[in-house]
Amino acid sequence: MTSPSATPNTAAAAGKGGRLRFFNFAAPMRFYAITGWLVPLCWVVAIGFAIAGLYVGFFVAPTDATQGESYRIIYIHVPAAWMSMMLYLVMAFWAGIGWAFNARMASIVARAIAPTGAMFAFLALWTGAFWGKPTWGTWWVWDARLTTTLILLFLYLGYIALVNAIDDQRRSDQAGALLALVGSINVPIIYFSVQWWNTLHQGATISMTAAPKMANTMLTGMLLMTVACWAYAFATVFMRARAITIERESRNAWVGKLVSQPAQGGQKT
Amino acid sequence: MTQSAARASFAAVFGSVLVRDLTLAWRRRTDALLPLAFFVVAISLFPLGVGPEPGMLRDMAPGVVWVCALLASMLSVGSLFAADLADGSLEQMLLAPQSAIALTLAKCAAHWILSGVPLIATAPLIGLLFGMSGPALLALVAGLLLGTPILSLLGALGAALTLGLRSSGMLLILIVLPLAIPTLIFGAGAVGTIDAGMSASGHFSLLGALLISTAMGAPWAIAAALRISTE
Amino acid sequence: MQTRALAGQRGEHALFAGLDLQLQAGSLTWLRGRNGRGKTSLLRLLAGLSTAAAGDIQLCGHSQREIGPAWRSQLLYLGHQNALKDDLSATEALAFLARLHGLPASPQALAEALNRLGVAHRQHAPVRTLSQGQRRRVALARLALAVDVPLWLLDEPFDALDQDGITALNALLSDYCAQGGCVLLTSHQPLSLQQPEPQMLDLEPYACS
Repeated sequence: MTSPSATPNTAAAAGKGGRLRFFNFAAPMRFYAITGWLVPLCWVVAIGFAIAGLYVGFFVAPTDATQGESYRIIYIHVPAAWMSMMLYLVMAFWAGIGWAFNARMASIVARAIAPTGAMFAFLALWTGAFWGKPTWGTWWVWDARLTTTLILLFLYLGYIALVNAIDDQRRSDQAGALLALVGSINVPIIYFSVQWWNTLHQGATISMTAAPKMANTMLTGMLLMTVACWAYAFATVFMRARAITIERESRNAWVGKLVSQPAQGGQKT
Repeated sequence: MTQSAARASFAAVFGSVLVRDLTLAWRRRTDALLPLAFFVVAISLFPLGVGPEPGMLRDMAPGVVWVCALLASMLSVGSLFAADLADGSLEQMLLAPQSAIALTLAKCAAHWILSGVPLIATAPLIGLLFGMSGPALLALVAGLLLGTPILSLLGALGAALTLGLRSSGMLLILIVLPLAIPTLIFGAGAVGTIDAGMSASGHFSLLGALLISTAMGAPWAIAAALRISTE
Repeated sequence: MQTRALAGQRGEHALFAGLDLQLQAGSLTWLRGRNGRGKTSLLRLLAGLSTAAAGDIQLCGHSQREIGPAWRSQLLYLGHQNALKDDLSATEALAFLARLHGLPASPQALAEALNRLGVAHRQHAPVRTLSQGQRRRVALARLALAVDVPLWLLDEPFDALDQDGITALNALLSDYCAQGGCVLLTSHQPLSLQQPEPQMLDLEPYACS
């Protein structure tokens, strides 16, 4: 079997130099090589920014007038919620590219994103609960954004369940892409409907948008944490994508060479 | 030898699939009524579970009816394509010289007629069991009229994606329920609003908009999913 | 129909590659190969039910890129399975398949088609009461209605048929090819068809192990 870098569509894309280079870059072998040094870099950035962000958030930023110390959990909660939403759209995008252009790396990346996105959604829910308890006395509030995050978690779980249930790889990629695209179209609808539902049932006047007014240091803390989350996401997604790539390409020559090489780059068994 | 032989018209494909599905359901009448039976039984569990206090029952009635309608729909939609896949009919339907959208619309229509309409017909009786008022009952029925087709369409999409998989029933429910949440919110919310004495025109127009957008987009997605699943 | 450098796969498993074939009007081609070589996959590929891993297909001037209603109207595909619903009568089941493909579906046409395959006496019986051979004949009756379709792709059409059934099908195939139709079929049993002379197409040379 020839090297997978020549997907059927690279020929079609020839003539558009930039596009051709892009698809070549996306070829599994080069992806593996490039992410080899990219992943450690991302981890360094993630940990560095996380330390900085948490330091700013927990020690430097002032105490909130109304919510006291407990508000500090938003330094994790807000970036996590934001990431879970963004990652779903990114996942749907790459899955769609993989489906439309038969680009295998794109499908692999989409599958790699899903568990990280689900983790962020889960983290957002937990930190939301930890915020809610001291502030409003309950572990859970049916606030519009929290509820949407919960539904987003269900969408992630549905995607993961579907792609894992299908044995045929091509069908799995395509079905997952369709589901992710349908889901991403639905996310705004779901958010709108949940907000509508929330405003009707006046019990839940609690809203996460009533976040403390942001002092500059608070914003800095948020920003640092957001960068940290993105770097972490890149790191984990790339790691997972590398593992999936090795698994899928296991029949090709470059994987064999990789495995038989000494420690340098042959770390995946 | 004539050039282009048979071209089946959209209406012909739609009509023959729809009539065939209804005929088959008629010949297995008891099977076709199972979703309705499930619906009624499931609803009856709620008063038994939470107590017969009339005020509380009336308050939770729209939510209970809608959730049970959702579940009944999801359970019956799982077999929408499975039987046809098993005996090769699905393959032949996909080979029809017509867009697969005719096929998907016919299947969704058949499903709605067989499980959505009985649900709508039974809802007023259920509402009486829960002590709902007249206007609330009307709102419930109107909401179901607009919402059950949406559930059929979304369910068909789930069925097409999970075609032939192990434990496809649970997987289908997991995939489709989040997508059906807006329908649930607007449908049940409409009844609550009417009960509180306000107009629910906002809810109904939103439901209508959902129905139209789903009806425009879903058949295409379902057809794509069928081709993915039978490749 | 013709293909160029066609490659097929099942899942991640490459089945065959580099297949060039030419099917002329009036010809009957017998597709041969051991089990698992991809005969059914090839037929499904040509019918447009799955996509090729590589290569090109042309059918009556239409390219594979335009696979859609136009493509499907030029061919008739008969798979392993009969596509008959148990609870319908033979006539109803046949009528459904005919209407689906825009074939003549008047009661006379249906009765005549069933008659050609020798199952007219069971036309009102529910399919579940028919034997395997009779069901196959009902499924094949569709061919009698589809004489205007340029290409027939038949997967194991002789399966489960007794001698009479085989004779009836042979007659059907002969008439069709005489009128200019083109047939590609698979069969595990040797063909007893004389006219037209079946051409062989073996998948072995194209197989990827």
